[in-house]
Amino acid sequence: MRTIVTVIGKDQVGIIASVCSQLSEQNVNVLDITQTILGEYFTMIMLVDTSECTLPFADLATLLEESGKLRALSIHMQREDIFNAMHRI
Amino acid sequence: MINTSEILQTIQMIDQQHLDIRTITMGISLLDCAHTDPQAACTRIYDKICKKAERLVSVGEEIEREFGIPIVNKRVSVTPISLVAAASDTNDYVPFAETLDKAAKTCGINFIGGFSALVQKGFTQSDRKLITAIPQALATTDFVCSSVNVGSTKAGINMDAVAEMGRVIKETSLLTADRAGFGCAKLVVFCNAVEDNPFMAGAFHGVGEGDCVINVGISGPGVVHHALQEVKGQPFDVVAETIKKTAFRITRMGQLVAREASSRLDVPFGIVDLSLAPTPAIGDSVARILEEMGLDVCGTHGTTAALALLNDAVKKGGVMASSHVGGLSGAFIPLSEDEGMIAAAASGALTLDKLEAMTCVCSVGLDMIAVPGDTTAETLAAIIADEAAIGMVNFKTTAVRLIPAPGKVVGDVVEFGGLLGTAPIIPVHPYSSAAFIHRGGRIPAPMHSLKN
Repeated sequence: MRTIVTVIGKDQVGIIASVCSQLSEQNVNVLDITQTILGEYFTMIMLVDTSECTLPFADLATLLEESGKLRALSIHMQREDIFNAMHRI
Repeated sequence: MINTSEILQTIQMIDQQHLDIRTITMGISLLDCAHTDPQAACTRIYDKICKKAERLVSVGEEIEREFGIPIVNKRVSVTPISLVAAASDTNDYVPFAETLDKAAKTCGINFIGGFSALVQKGFTQSDRKLITAIPQALATTDFVCSSVNVGSTKAGINMDAVAEMGRVIKETSLLTADRAGFGCAKLVVFCNAVEDNPFMAGAFHGVGEGDCVINVGISGPGVVHHALQEVKGQPFDVVAETIKKTAFRITRMGQLVAREASSRLDVPFGIVDLSLAPTPAIGDSVARILEEMGLDVCGTHGTTAALALLNDAVKKGGVMASSHVGGLSGAFIPLSEDEGMIAAAASGALTLDKLEAMTCVCSVGLDMIAVPGDTTAETLAAIIADEAAIGMVNFKTTAVRLIPAPGKVVGDVVEFGGLLGTAPIIPVHPYSSAAFIHRGGRIPAPMHSLKN
């Protein structure tokens, strides 16, 4: 299942590493990453494949969200379909 | 891959602009539950609702999590109980409402609609029994919503029913006086009621519908408001275009959720209702959209025109985004549920007469309006008659959900809590309409109903 992970927050060391290692622990494959820094703010958008994931979708989303909160990062995980529906005809 | 700004825009809409799916409503036909023994009928009703809606809440939550979009309400609408209970050998319909309430609690849903009767042309014995039971039913249950259709463009207005509903609203408010007349917040009087409305309190599952169906109601006033802030001072052509584009996006999301829910629950998809439904939260108000168009306060001159543009643009944008559009589909103006409307009414800028004018150009009607506790049943009935006339003549759905708050006067405020919000008591005209209401009979259908 193609899923978008969005990470937004103040730039700090090791954001990509920590998100990627959590994803790999749950057997989630990263397909694409874009990342920008606007002012002090770090924005990363990842396209991942969750079809082989060991956790149910909701649990993985909660895990990422909670770990993000510890580092003052807002992490969302949503199926790609919602963005396609809203922005593509 | 979708680009960064589009993804961030969606997330911002959800996180900061209150974008959500207002409701997934499962319509369930109870026609096959009729039985001469009322207890047997209630058992069948309970079993059928629980069986069909068993997974509604869990599937709703699953979709919420996977798409990252809040689905605020999961609800059920059923066949008007006056039809289902007609076969039963009883004069007391309150147990039917209690059965619906029990089923709602078992399934974990927010509201169940369909304690309803359709009497636009006349009453059956069953319709009379149901209407008599409404005050008690709403006072003793928590989640049951009731609606009565008193008029239609095809049939005209049943003025006996209008008069009766004035009394029913009054009695309902008195029976729930300890909660400021809260029972009335669950009671809608319609003209031209629709059969596939997913929104409460007026939802019921029409007889033309299938056995079970999924309808979805979208929301998103905050998103429209935000989009209009980007086009300050520009002509109305730009305003309309901006609203259309925004409505398209919101509706596409609603369509996606509806399809997903329908396939996971294995229940046919019915319609998406393109309504901008406000909440009392700051930044989720229809009134603020109208003010963003350049009005000092909602209710001043220009409000009706602004609302007409909004309502039309939402439909135009939404209609291409969904395969089946239905329900009420238009901007809602429930006074107590809209932060901007509450403020406008409290300041005296928004009056009952202006609200009535606004209902000519939007869905749905005089909604969630608290009036003084000493408002007579005849005055309530006359307000219903006016609103039904607007619906009848304009071939549109209109509704009245008034709360005559016991013991309250103009200037007081009533708290309903949650999505139902806060209602400042607004004045009604002090002059009597009693002789008008006491005439009874039917107002004939208008000339343009004769289309055949």
